[in-house]
Amino acid sequence: MRLTGAEIVTEVLMEQGVDTVFGYPGGTVINIYDALYAKRNEIKHILTAHEQGAAHAADGYARATGKTGVVIATSGPGATNLVTGIATAYLDSIPMVAITGNVAMDLIGSDSFQEVYIMGVTSPITKHNFMVKDIADLADTLREAFRIASSGRPGPVLVDIPKNLTVDTYEFTKKEPVVSTRHLPVDEEKVKELARLLNESKRPVLYFGGGVIASEASRELREFVSYCSLPACHTLMATGVLSSEDPLSLGMVGMHGRVSSAQAIQEADLLIALGTRFSDRVATNKKKFANNATIVQIDIDDSEIDKNVKSSSSIVGDVKEVLSCLMKYVTKVDRTPWLDAIEKWREEIDYHPQDDPTIIKPHRLIQTISDMAGEDAIVVTDVGQHQMWTAQYYKRTEPRSFITSGGLGTMGFSYGAAMGAKVGRPDRKVVQITGDGCFHMNLNEMCTAVTYNIPIITIVMNNNVLGMVRQWQDLFFDKRYAYTTLERKTDYVKLAEAFGATGYRATTIEEFRAAFAQALEKNAPCVIECLIDRNEKVLPMIPAGGSLDDIIVGN
Amino acid sequence: MKKYIISILVQNNFGVLARVSNLFARRCYNIHSLTVSPTNDPTVSKITVVVMGDDQIAERVLKQVSKLEETIEVMQMEEDEALCKELVLVKILTPSSETCSQVSKIVEDFHAKMLRVATDYMTVELTDVPSKVESFVEELNQFQIKDMCCTGVTALESK
Ligand SMILES: Cc1ncc(C[n+]2csc(CCOP(=O)(O)OP(=O)(O)O)c2C)c(N)n1
Ligand SMILES: [Mg+2]
Repeated sequence: MRLTGAEIVTEVLMEQGVDTVFGYPGGTVINIYDALYAKRNEIKHILTAHEQGAAHAADGYARATGKTGVVIATSGPGATNLVTGIATAYLDSIPMVAITGNVAMDLIGSDSFQEVYIMGVTSPITKHNFMVKDIADLADTLREAFRIASSGRPGPVLVDIPKNLTVDTYEFTKKEPVVSTRHLPVDEEKVKELARLLNESKRPVLYFGGGVIASEASRELREFVSYCSLPACHTLMATGVLSSEDPLSLGMVGMHGRVSSAQAIQEADLLIALGTRFSDRVATNKKKFANNATIVQIDIDDSEIDKNVKSSSSIVGDVKEVLSCLMKYVTKVDRTPWLDAIEKWREEIDYHPQDDPTIIKPHRLIQTISDMAGEDAIVVTDVGQHQMWTAQYYKRTEPRSFITSGGLGTMGFSYGAAMGAKVGRPDRKVVQITGDGCFHMNLNEMCTAVTYNIPIITIVMNNNVLGMVRQWQDLFFDKRYAYTTLERKTDYVKLAEAFGATGYRATTIEEFRAAFAQALEKNAPCVIECLIDRNEKVLPMIPAGGSLDDIIVGN
Repeated sequence: MKKYIISILVQNNFGVLARVSNLFARRCYNIHSLTVSPTNDPTVSKITVVVMGDDQIAERVLKQVSKLEETIEVMQMEEDEALCKELVLVKILTPSSETCSQVSKIVEDFHAKMLRVATDYMTVELTDVPSKVESFVEELNQFQIKDMCCTGVTALESK
């Protein structure tokens, strides 16, 4: 059938199984919007307050569901407003397709109204990008975008469509949804060799990252860990893959990870790195990281092998397939002495925060949210101290339940991402945990949550400071608090009401409990402001460039 | 720092050169020279890059470049194993007849070409493997060079 380019866009979206898109209209996408309107019963469109919010929403949707998130924006400022959202998805390897309009082909290159060369702008922050120049290529280019976004190591793909192409017509034939290819032949010899190393190892540690979630390999990982009595630590991105209750879970590793997990890595004779990239927030000191261990790295992306820390050997492949293959060759080993040693570190060297019932202590707040929201809730964070406290104290037992901007550390991520998560998983509760700094970067999206009644509970940990930066100033800048004290006069309760949401304020845990219980009942967007002392720190902390020897555990 | 010759076959798409050079820029890889040319297949172009670095950098370049969606094939080439050529043009000031004959001698030794002889300068050309081109230019450096340009390396597998 002969369709306009705009109709081809909606047809391909439907063909690829897309039922929700996030976006914002404008001149160059007006025809696409017209076609979307015609298909409003098939494709739900969520109009955000800002394109950045839409991009984060598409990202949050992808993280919560595992499907590819879709965002649409107009040319020029619409497209540039997506940039932070695209970069956030890129750094965390999240599948996303961004569709931007551009000026008509005969205007391109002449600095015409709202013209930006978004291909150039986004080339370093996309897995791939396209500018469609011929309507004959439109459908297949969009399909290719979906294939690339979800294949191998996932990532965002941008498709830029000049306006005239959305008006022109072309023959369209429906095709099957693209299949994402994660399959790579696994080198069985290398897997056998790893199994041998593991079977012989006395002090092995598994260190795994977001690749396990991307590969949907949590079940395989749990089986592997338990069968081999293999203690395992995870990165921020892999929170929830292994239940925090699991006796073999060493918890988070890295700058604010547990002392005992850092100690275990330091003492390990074998470190298996699985779907992770030794980022500088984990391998804070590349030279000293796991320097007593034989390191074996497993990743689907060959370019990650040895990029940050040199491994002794490596396996390129999909986490799930490698683990399944590995299970054939590993044997049960009694590792009691090693597990006992770890247990001892947990008791002796781990950091345990102090309670104080008169104020809201961060760890108590997070534990309370965790207990009250239940296992099934999805928690979405912003970036800063509140993010790290959430990672440290929120009990997570399932993957895709802890959503955070790990690689880019994007303040202002959480509102959009929480909305995307809730739209993608309406069956699950979504709790957003943000800071007073971050909240002001994306509070505009509260209007979207209210308009569509996306019932997310926003918890603002208000310490009146840019806490994470202040913590560094405290520790490394002689307490010179340069521009990190936020003298905001925002009334959070009134603000929420002004947007049409409900606001609460809590100064003690008891007040918080009462507010949160009401918010959970409401099933509508709510904001709860919680007062936190500005001098609270995220501990333990390994300073940038430091190692376990430099770890800070006390105030 | 060593020089590595990397040969990349890419889809001949709009923006592909920018994409490849962007990758080098954002990872801070040091490009010594870069050439792009069509191949016998109109849908495929060949980019030959000479990067400065060490073995680890060369390996990273190979892996990063092969990750690009438009890359068809990437190979590292060794000068003595592949057919590598580079063309250099040098304009040398020749104030005296003595310099003229010195320059002519070097041109002869390198089997280079004398392109043009004017009253006060000479223009010479050499097409050879990169290392020869380098020593040719080094030799000529004892004179006053007025202008010079070089094509960068282009290479084919010798097999
Ligand atoms: C867009 C952006 N700008 C700046 C930063 C640097 N930064 C990291 S954490 C932080 C403070 C966040 O403050 P707040 O939201 O109040 O959280 P807190 O640390 O106090 O919990 C800042 C400024 C960032 N990560 N992202
Ligand atoms: Mg704060």
